[in-house]
Amino acid sequence: MIVRSLDEALAPITDGCVLAVPRDVSGVAMAATRALIRRGVKRLHLVALPTASLQADLLIGAGCVEVIETSAVSLGELGPAPRFTAAVVAGAVRVKDATCPALHAAFQAAEKGVPFMPLRGLIGSDLLAHRPDWKVVDNPFGSDDPIVLIPALRPDVALFHAPLADRDGNVWIGRDRELATMAHAAARTVVTVEKLYDGNLFDDPTLAAGALGGFYLESVAVVPNGAWPLALADHYSADANHIADYARLAATADGFAAYLDRHVHERRAA
Amino acid sequence: MSAVPPETCRTEELLAGTIAGLIAGARHVAVGASSPIPAAAALLARERGHGRPHVSLLGSRRQSFFTDGGRELFDCAGQGRIDAFFLSGAQIDGEGNINLVCIGDYTRPKARFPGSFGSAYLYYVVPKVILFRLEHTRRTLVPKVDFISAPGASADNVHRPGGPVALITNRCLFAFDRMRRRFTLASVHPGHTVAEVIDNTGFDFDRSVDAPTTPAPSNDDLRILRAVVAPQLMEVYPKFAAEVFGMKESA
Repeated sequence: MIVRSLDEALAPITDGCVLAVPRDVSGVAMAATRALIRRGVKRLHLVALPTASLQADLLIGAGCVEVIETSAVSLGELGPAPRFTAAVVAGAVRVKDATCPALHAAFQAAEKGVPFMPLRGLIGSDLLAHRPDWKVVDNPFGSDDPIVLIPALRPDVALFHAPLADRDGNVWIGRDRELATMAHAAARTVVTVEKLYDGNLFDDPTLAAGALGGFYLESVAVVPNGAWPLALADHYSADANHIADYARLAATADGFAAYLDRHVHERRAA
Repeated sequence: MSAVPPETCRTEELLAGTIAGLIAGARHVAVGASSPIPAAAALLARERGHGRPHVSLLGSRRQSFFTDGGRELFDCAGQGRIDAFFLSGAQIDGEGNINLVCIGDYTRPKARFPGSFGSAYLYYVVPKVILFRLEHTRRTLVPKVDFISAPGASADNVHRPGGPVALITNRCLFAFDRMRRRFTLASVHPGHTVAEVIDNTGFDFDRSVDAPTTPAPSNDDLRILRAVVAPQLMEVYPKFAAEVFGMKESA
């Protein structure tokens, strides 16, 4: 049985681990993120597939992140991510700047068990200039056709939030197939879900088409509303007022500390 | 379809109508993060074209046919299945280079922006990339960007079917010439002047003696934007839809 309490489920996420998380519309495990901050996780190498938002800003502001690898961190319509911005300017976090398809490619290489994936674009950019781990080769099937190779990225743990899991640890992810890529690429996958599905997701072919096999799962915790204040697509919208309050408070270190006191260190009543 | 006086049309609507004209005839238009005006333009073009172009809005469930995760957009683009896309920049220079990363030295920046998103790939492979920047000043339109998220042009041996075709701002529309790696002033928006564009642009650009005025959207386009497009924007851009079109968020 891999269904556990939230804190037990998060045990594989240890200090210093490479932690993969999805973009903000694909199911971000925000309740789990608050639990990690309460536990005081340190020195994370956070990898966003392929962008990050409130989750990364909270973890960076709380001092949990040593390195972030991402194509962007922002609060979308609500503006820049304030603690990320402040930490980069202060030199308190190292950024490995990427571009979205490079992160998708790195995870795809890992899920195939191959050392790298070629990718168009990038040549002549300063992104490439600052990524010594990305290499340019001449296309061996062409001539004078330079192309970038992105090394496989195998996270220690992938963490996301999904609508459903069954008691066998199968998880329903629906259209958000990059969650499957993350799980295939990661050594271990930890998932929070809205609720338990009564039965086996693979018994219904319609559900099975959107499912991820429990084979890939390390642990599952049931956390209703677990993406709040971000959205869980097709289930609930983002809490725009809350995120706007966050953006205002997190503009200063003191305001951010007040936000953590109110919403992270104190468990919410409802 | 008579033009309406400019004072009855917001800048956002003028820009959306102009961009919709630039992407007419495209088969598939994709819109990335933080791009509400391009999203409005793409949806307007789709409405004008009775369902064509196909429109894929990043972050949308309803305005997207993708079922294979975030990579499907980039895989589509790599194959040439996306005809038009939109990029912005904290800085944009006269050679079409864009900077979405930082001001100052990368390792010790004076200011940091969200990051490059998909630009360092899509700028190379999407045939028509339209740049947009609502702050047209010497701070944003610069002689040389501090950091190249994606270059406006590439060496001859680099695979580059795509790149910039235009730059639209709150003051004017520029066309981009890929061979010469230069912008040309295409039109000046109503209420703005060529002298003002020159004063506020940090890079050199070409211009004819008298640049035309950007045509205001037709009454029909304004009706479509307000009645059809605005509700469709609520899913991904509720704040923009509320501010520009007075849409109300449901609880």
